[in-house]
Amino acid sequence: MDEPIVKYKDVHKSFGDIEVLKGIDLDIQPAEKVALIGPSGSGKTTIIRMLMTLEEPTMGVIDVGGRNLWQMEKKGEWVRADDSHLHSIRGDIGMVFQHFNLFPHMTILENCMLAPVLVKNESKKEVKATSVEMLEKVGLGDKIDLYPAQLSGGQKQRVAMARALMMRPKVMLFDEVTSALDPELVGEVLEVIRDLAKEGEMAMILVTHEMDFALDIADRVVFLNDGVIEEEGHPEDILVNPKSERLQDFLSRFTVNR
Amino acid sequence: MGSLPDIFSTLMQGLKVTLLVLVLSIICSTIIALVAGLSRVSTNRLVTGVTGFYVEIFRGTSLIVQLFWFSYALPGLFNIHLGSDIWVAVLAISLNYGAYMSEIVRGSIQAVPAGQTEASIALNLSKFQRMRHIIIPQAVRMMLPEYGNYLIQILKATSLVSLIGLTDLLYYGNIYRSTHLSDSPTVYLLLLVMYFVIALPLIAFTKKMESMSKKGVALG
Ligand SMILES: Nc1ncnc2c1ncn2[C@@H]1O[C@H](COP(=O)(O)OP(=O)(O)OP(=O)(O)O)[C@@H](O)[C@H]1O
Ligand SMILES: [Mg+2]
Repeated sequence: MDEPIVKYKDVHKSFGDIEVLKGIDLDIQPAEKVALIGPSGSGKTTIIRMLMTLEEPTMGVIDVGGRNLWQMEKKGEWVRADDSHLHSIRGDIGMVFQHFNLFPHMTILENCMLAPVLVKNESKKEVKATSVEMLEKVGLGDKIDLYPAQLSGGQKQRVAMARALMMRPKVMLFDEVTSALDPELVGEVLEVIRDLAKEGEMAMILVTHEMDFALDIADRVVFLNDGVIEEEGHPEDILVNPKSERLQDFLSRFTVNR
Repeated sequence: MGSLPDIFSTLMQGLKVTLLVLVLSIICSTIIALVAGLSRVSTNRLVTGVTGFYVEIFRGTSLIVQLFWFSYALPGLFNIHLGSDIWVAVLAISLNYGAYMSEIVRGSIQAVPAGQTEASIALNLSKFQRMRHIIIPQAVRMMLPEYGNYLIQILKATSLVSLIGLTDLLYYGNIYRSTHLSDSPTVYLLLLVMYFVIALPLIAFTKKMESMSKKGVALG
């Protein structure tokens, strides 16, 4: 196996007095697809938000590509990461949000072009060409000049994926990206993720309640319960033959169709 | 009995001062509002503290008193002279309305949903780029309708400047009336009309901003 692209080492997170993550150890291999499941409030979102630098761990270390994300070395000492340190690592990570978070004042083409032009200083012309390609790939090639408000939820989420992909992250995070959608729109979004997963080279962490989907595309399923990883392993072992009582109990709320 | 053209031509002599004070006050108060509004959402405690103090002082006291302070009290007490009377008026109006308007700037910036900032962090935009390309454009759309309302209020506030001796519309109206008492109704009717005509473009601007701002703002 390669060196992991992401390593959580005994990571804790508290909000006020409440410890929501109680020591997470988790390695993600390059190109690995990991499904993160668990009951509401178990800390799934918090785990990936810390990797996206939206939330700072209270304790422990997260490495990205061998570099410590939240601490940096300064005069031989480890100190809290500053903006430029976070900026230098964050480019490897991308995220798709539950509520899309598209920029409403820009067309969907502009949504896709913004970061590559500003952050990577790529030429506008080239970025435009790749953005159009990317939007075609998610099935929105004919909508590039529309504003987010003119799209359906499923279309918005596909734009959000195209926008995140434009930065070519090594790890993409998906936080329940279909749970804000009308049921009939879930399929089109899962389809795009499935295609991405097949392409292969990008690692993916998917927080999801779609158990069939997890079984289908994940290399590994991680079950989080009450701030700790209760059980993890091959999707079949976790979703079809769960060992721990808590996992069995949790899965009994879903129907998993093999 | 003076004729209408007579009254009109007298009043017109004050138009220049009214318009000058209006335009300069709009420019200065907008700049002050932007700077103060951005300062209030800064993470630096000293910056937010100082601007907070400024805003409360100027919102908590009346514009007339501020006009008198800048024009008579400061020079008398501390020998501070702020320049010509026009600039004294512009400064007082701008600081007063800048304080009110900075609150809209602050409120609009804070009303941009947190998800917008999070998405731009996820795309690795710098702090400055986040403000410049994501937060401020959306905040501006939200603040424009109220901003237009304040511009109309600034126009009304300019009519106070005759109190510190500026020769604006109202000043000439009063001059004319004092010599032609029987023409009072005509003078004030004409003043009303003139102020309203000046307000028309500002009203149109506000309407336009209202319809524009309905588009392109995140709904959560
Ligand atoms: N910013 C915050 N401030 C305070 N508490 C928070 C904050 N963010 C999350 N929490 C709490 O931390 C716990 C874990 O939240 P998290 O969002 O990670 O759970 P989750 O597994 O994603 O749940 P869900 O399935 O409902 O999305 C919850 O109890 C939540 O209330
Ligand atoms: Mg969550």
